[in-house]
Amino acid sequence: MRFSGWRIFREGLTGNKGWGPHWRDPAPKSEYDIVIIGGGGHGLSTAYYLAKEHGLTNVAVLEKGYLGGGNVGRNTTIVRANYFLPGNSEFYSHSLKLWEGLEADLNYNVMHSQRGLINLFHSDGQRDAFVRRGNAMINQGDDAILLDRDGVRKHLPYLDFDNTRFPIYGGLLHPRGGTARHDAVAWGYARGADRRGVDLIQNCEVTGIDIQNGRVTGVQTTRGAIRAKKVGIVVAGRSGQVAAMAGMRLPIESHILQAFVSEGLKPCIDHVVSFGMGHFYISQSDKGGLVFGGDLDFYASYAARGNLPMTEHVMEAAMTLMPMIGKARVLRSWGGIMDMTPDGSPIIDKTGVDGLYLDCGWCYGGFKAVPGSGFAFAHLIAQDRPHDSAARYRLDRFRTGVGLMDEEGTGAQHNLH
Amino acid sequence: MRIPCPICGTRDRREFYYKGAASMLDRPAPDAGAAVWDAYLHLRDNPAGRTRDLWHHEAGCGAWLVVERDTVTHEVFGAKTLEQFHAD
Repeated sequence: MRFSGWRIFREGLTGNKGWGPHWRDPAPKSEYDIVIIGGGGHGLSTAYYLAKEHGLTNVAVLEKGYLGGGNVGRNTTIVRANYFLPGNSEFYSHSLKLWEGLEADLNYNVMHSQRGLINLFHSDGQRDAFVRRGNAMINQGDDAILLDRDGVRKHLPYLDFDNTRFPIYGGLLHPRGGTARHDAVAWGYARGADRRGVDLIQNCEVTGIDIQNGRVTGVQTTRGAIRAKKVGIVVAGRSGQVAAMAGMRLPIESHILQAFVSEGLKPCIDHVVSFGMGHFYISQSDKGGLVFGGDLDFYASYAARGNLPMTEHVMEAAMTLMPMIGKARVLRSWGGIMDMTPDGSPIIDKTGVDGLYLDCGWCYGGFKAVPGSGFAFAHLIAQDRPHDSAARYRLDRFRTGVGLMDEEGTGAQHNLH
Repeated sequence: MRIPCPICGTRDRREFYYKGAASMLDRPAPDAGAAVWDAYLHLRDNPAGRTRDLWHHEAGCGAWLVVERDTVTHEVFGAKTLEQFHAD
């Protein structure tokens, strides 16, 4: 089933009775060439690119719940390439280019909206840092425009420009940044992988990883044993537990990141806006809800819900930046489990076990990386060498101290990210 | 989440600064080698369930505490000062 204007027109005239499921629901086979553990955004995009870029279709994606039921279905949907450090810069630049061709590639409307992202700055030092970041983005081939106070006022007239504690000096506008419909991204990749022959297996939890003589031979699951020549772990939030099945400890602590959605409102916020001084960011969804969040709760947690102190902190920051938000009612909140690495950057690498690969540590920024991560991880699994865009996402960088990517400049230490 | 400081009593989580897993107390010898130091500084058990971590009662008595809690339910089982913890 392909989507087209004609098809939508025809279905509209015939009661929309011709739409079918977007992917099959196969039973697991006893053996695959490649098993991907984790049916979230990154796992599904990995499977898609394994099939599309490398012609590998004897592949299964194993998901313990339902496809896209984890962090890809619960995030603030922001897509951007405004990274600074070598390693991150080229990766997110590559990922954004994949985003820009994604709907045509997948024949799926992921509602990618390049509405522009503005990072506000509130001091001379912050302005200097953003000038530098903007130059790095431009050098990488992406776009960045420095706005002064009046420039910000033109775009975002509803902010509190009279705030004396956090005066708005200006902002860095990233016009190609924006948002996408997070569920549709998972569904589009799932459908694309399924159409190429990948088995997407839901309600199938991996309970063990089989290793013989230092080489992976398959996995144990709640739906039986599955042999595999290669296994990829892409289970953000649970990376520690799954890696432990292979006898590994990872440089990861799992933390909770909360986010909030207001009731549906008429369009009022056109961009993605971030307020660094108060740890707050916001955009408006296509349904009209204001989608916003702030910092991690900052302690290890798997609760999939947050605690009140960070909720209050986010609401205070919101009211400080844009007092008008006080009129909106919060509809719901959620807490996602994040793989936090000591330097705040991800890991895409081989492990010490032959045939076992790892894609983890996306911290609080995994959504924008979905295309780039899947593309690079598929390349690593298929070719046994890293893709150029993700060559620095090494597992051993903490041990060697070489190639750390501490984007926030806070130090490579667990409790700081 | 509220943390029962042995010195000050039970206080709001906002008075405390989170440092990380209590394995930070098991500091290796200076010459233990890169692999041991890597494991100490970076690698974590990261359990989903009962764990011990270090909190600093920053806005209270200033003590470093070993807090035992559940990472899934956020239930806090107890807290000890480092002196109490090492005495056990």
